[in-house]
Amino acid sequence: MNYLPILIALLKAVIMISVVMGIAAYAVLAERKIAGWIQGRYGPNRTVLPFIGVIPILGNMLTRLGIFQPVADGLKFIFKEDPVPGHVNKFYYFLAPCVAFIPAMTTMVVLPFGEMDGVPLVLANIDIGMLFILAVSSLGVYGIILAGWSANSKYPFLGGIRASAQMISYELAMGLSILPAFLWANAPGSETGLSLFNVVQSQDQLWMVFWQPLSALIFLVALFAETNRLPFDMPEAETELVSGYHTEYGSMKFGLFFVGEYTHIVIGSGVLVVLYFGGWNFLPGIPFPWPAGWAGGLLSTLWFLLKVFSVVFFFMWIRWTLPRFRYDQVMRLGWAILLPLALANLVLNAILIALFENWLV
Amino acid sequence: MEDILFYIFAAGTLLSAFLMVASRNPVNSAMFLIVSFVGIAALFVMLESYFLAVIQVLVYAGAVVVLFLFIIMLLDVEDSDKIRPKIFTIVAGGLAFALLAIGVLGLFASGAGGPEPELPMRTAASLSRNFGYQLFTKYMLPFQMIGFLLLAAMVGVIYISKKGPTASSDEPEKE
Repeated sequence: MNYLPILIALLKAVIMISVVMGIAAYAVLAERKIAGWIQGRYGPNRTVLPFIGVIPILGNMLTRLGIFQPVADGLKFIFKEDPVPGHVNKFYYFLAPCVAFIPAMTTMVVLPFGEMDGVPLVLANIDIGMLFILAVSSLGVYGIILAGWSANSKYPFLGGIRASAQMISYELAMGLSILPAFLWANAPGSETGLSLFNVVQSQDQLWMVFWQPLSALIFLVALFAETNRLPFDMPEAETELVSGYHTEYGSMKFGLFFVGEYTHIVIGSGVLVVLYFGGWNFLPGIPFPWPAGWAGGLLSTLWFLLKVFSVVFFFMWIRWTLPRFRYDQVMRLGWAILLPLALANLVLNAILIALFENWLV
Repeated sequence: MEDILFYIFAAGTLLSAFLMVASRNPVNSAMFLIVSFVGIAALFVMLESYFLAVIQVLVYAGAVVVLFLFIIMLLDVEDSDKIRPKIFTIVAGGLAFALLAIGVLGLFASGAGGPEPELPMRTAASLSRNFGYQLFTKYMLPFQMIGFLLLAAMVGVIYISKKGPTASSDEPEKE
């Protein structure tokens, strides 16, 4: 048996996990900096590393930018005391952070992030990539439910209950909002299927968001709800539930929830870019100016990352701009507005495609 | 390699299914149910029908058991340790298991129901496109029948849960 392909796959996976974890860590920093900017503060600007900090101009600049802050945050999570309250259900209490963290990291397997000589840069290019992402990310809710239940106290319990209701509600709207994009991407004779790479390929001239703005909007709102971001952060609403489902967690176990949430945001932004914002295609009308070979792969990946960072910035911008919904408003928005809207959008697009194929072509 | 994986996943699925029935704590039961569903999804993957595997995780593990957990937590079953299964339940369950086991063993003994060397659906089901095409052409009638059945079940559930105009205040999503 030849172990080399397995080793190479393993190496690729480790690299991708490191990069996504790094992006997630710096998303936390970006969140704090953007919060500071929006509120007229500086944000984190004091953390200094021993040797780099004393470099005359560069060190000072990096410190002011807070570049070393994620390192300090990570060390703090690891070295803090790890309290385990006496009243928790121990097994599920320890299981919950892992269950919240692993699905968030697993979805990245099928997310394509670039293209080199017509070959997708992705860990596993399966033809049902989108379904895989929906399926695995739907498992992430168990982490939150178990955390809320195992803590055996009232605020986490309410947070867990809210999370389960919210995630089930918005999963439906999210799944339905994706379908029109795939209907349009699957032109007769094309082999798109549910593959994320082929969806990007089908957007080489016009991005999906320009003729499917409603689908993109529903997907974005559902993504906010699924990642528990403000204005949908019902499960951990600080002002009502202390900090919701992770009230009883400290140190690195809280850190896993935290990193899991930001990973979820980064991967979700990646999916949004792939589905509606043309992936690594340059601009609408200018599909793929990247050169062949390694340079092209690198440039398309960087362009994709730039788009992802813009969406992540949008996430943070919304968080520090809008107030939180009331809980019944969240439920009404999900069931009474988004779900019928997504259904109507799907039926309308199906009718449009049928008309288009039967009479115009 | 494939055989070893099959036995691992099959044993895990069966064991967790058994523990789901046997465990006293309802939350443990729900968790074992998830493990069992994921095990079945892994078996689908080994049959190269990835679409079914993903749907198995998406629908059963991702949505149905979340609802189970939701209900378990809302009902707050405290005395679940004291509930003993009735003797009739045990006898009926054992009888059903015995009948099923006899049926399966009989199939294997007669050699009629064994796995065919090359199933035609094996390649067809691996692509989601072929799967959808088959579902909406050859298997259209069963597909619509199942949809109708689910609709009937849904209407029935709404009718049962809304007994009279006064009992409509206990909707789960309002907490």
